[in-house]
Amino acid sequence: MISIVPRGSSSQLMFILAPIFAIFLTLFFGAIIFAFMGYSPFAALKIFFISPISNAYGLSELLVKATPLALIAVGLSFCFKNNIYNIGAEGQLTMGAIFGGGVGILFYDVNSFLILPMMIIAGGIGGALWASILALLKIKFNTNEILTSLMLAYIALLILDYLVVGPWRDPDGFNFPKTRSFGESGRMPILFDGLRVHFGLIITLILLALSWFVYSKTMFGYQLKVSGYSPKAARFAGFNKNFLIFSAFAISGAFAGIAGIGEVSGPIGLLYRDISPNYGFTAIIVCFLGRLHPVGIIFASLIIALTYLGAEDAQLFLQIPASVGFVFQGLVLFFLLGTDLLVNFKLRLNTLNG
Amino acid sequence: MDSAMIIGIINIIIIGTTPLIFAAIGELVAEKSGVLNLGLEGMMLVGAVSAFVTLVITGSYFMALIVSLISGLLMSGFFAFLVLYLIANQVASGLALTIFGIGISSMIGKNYIGTPIEGLSPYFFVIMSFVIVILVGYFFKKTKTGLIIKAVGESHNSAHSLGFNVIKIRFLSILFGGAMSALAGFYISICYAPMWQEGMIAGRGWIALALVVFATWNPERVLLGAYIFGGVAIIQMNLQAFGVKFPGQFFNMMPYLVTIIVLVIISGNKLRIKLSAPACLTIPFNKNQ
Repeated sequence: MISIVPRGSSSQLMFILAPIFAIFLTLFFGAIIFAFMGYSPFAALKIFFISPISNAYGLSELLVKATPLALIAVGLSFCFKNNIYNIGAEGQLTMGAIFGGGVGILFYDVNSFLILPMMIIAGGIGGALWASILALLKIKFNTNEILTSLMLAYIALLILDYLVVGPWRDPDGFNFPKTRSFGESGRMPILFDGLRVHFGLIITLILLALSWFVYSKTMFGYQLKVSGYSPKAARFAGFNKNFLIFSAFAISGAFAGIAGIGEVSGPIGLLYRDISPNYGFTAIIVCFLGRLHPVGIIFASLIIALTYLGAEDAQLFLQIPASVGFVFQGLVLFFLLGTDLLVNFKLRLNTLNG
Repeated sequence: MDSAMIIGIINIIIIGTTPLIFAAIGELVAEKSGVLNLGLEGMMLVGAVSAFVTLVITGSYFMALIVSLISGLLMSGFFAFLVLYLIANQVASGLALTIFGIGISSMIGKNYIGTPIEGLSPYFFVIMSFVIVILVGYFFKKTKTGLIIKAVGESHNSAHSLGFNVIKIRFLSILFGGAMSALAGFYISICYAPMWQEGMIAGRGWIALALVVFATWNPERVLLGAYIFGGVAIIQMNLQAFGVKFPGQFFNMMPYLVTIIVLVIISGNKLRIKLSAPACLTIPFNKNQ
């Protein structure tokens, strides 16, 4: 029999190796699934993971998808490090898009360099406000944030749905459930001519660097980590628990909100129902795969972004539904969670005499 | 509205609510044992697609039911292995199960979208949903096994000290939840729709999850809550069909809003949360620790 024995201290090596194991296991099982469906596994994996990024356009698309994923994930890391399970980033993203997008629609015919910054700030505020509801509920009423964040995510999606079919619907839009397009001043500048990668990438990189700084160089970041690691120690040290909870929620909400406004003012340009292909939920995978660390999150966001791109190509060239990307995302998280065991535990083979 | 129409609407409510009851009562049992499985939506989708594909291939409703249940057992068994043996985070594992289920179900069903089948009458399953709720209620109140599951969910360490096999009890509770989710999926693709469409569960898994909280982990109240949630959704759809103009989204928000309100009411009070939610919910157990 194999038994699971706690390690004295968690293994740094396994901490870094587990995500890599998980990725290889995912590729291996992905190949098996493709073979099972009658595709040549190597050809399919090539279409899925290599051809999408073998040209400049593909690389730009990879960054377009990684931009919101990395930003939301690093925001979530503030919650997860503090053992707060905010899994409703999809809702905070949606609220950010609504607040920021609202500004964009209001000033659709105004030409000013102030519009975009206003939209981004409004987006951050929208996401932060939506997440603050969760923080207040948790602080005042001790509610379980796993459930409330999930519920609020679906409420946000319904509010967006109401706005785009109701009061915000484009008056010249032939009754399609979408708003009017933002003006030129309400769009993220494109970084390279002819490609879609936009200024949101720069915002994401700045916020990633800022988060790294907060974690490694500030008292606040240290307090967050300690209170996640040992709530008792944090209490004895006199950390303000409620302040830490509130700021973790507000930061993650603001980041998700900025990711949301980045999407609608970047590649999309207006509001409609399906502004996010599950980025808010997928970012949870990115956050775990990146080990809640800004640098890890950059790598993880690129890998998970590739599952979106690969899925689009697989649909185009292999007629596999694009949701196959979710299969890979699910698998990678499964394997990561499985191999994570080795960080804090070791396996011991029990012999009969032992 | 005449009486025929009222009966018609009641009929639609009953038929539409049944899958919520199946999924929620299964999740309730898993949560009572202390495990939160956020994979409902994924397990329901896989249950629905495996039932549909089996029916198209074999033509047998019985086979469709069996294969669907097996799919639920496999999905939840994998989840159980992760969270119980590999001590993985329950929230993340459940989300992974849902994400995986969304993907794999649309891959399995890609050649079956729009395939016509003859639907099965839902009424047997409607009655079954009531029977299962009553049985589960009885099980938790009157049987020893039911009390053991509750003990494991309330305090796994005490249950372990008393010699109960926490892992085995949780494993079986999770499997029951998986089978019930798959049954809900079977019902939707074979009786309710009857057809296969990508993502056809359409958020019912999350509503079922909300329902367990709304019912404050009480089996009979799942029935009540399901009919309130299901009724509101269906009345809303029908009013729209009659041309009554109002934003239906606000009606659809109701289950989520009410669940938050219930959480606020029960969580604010230390005694009340102890009396409603299983104390060990989402807390992992490792006997070697």
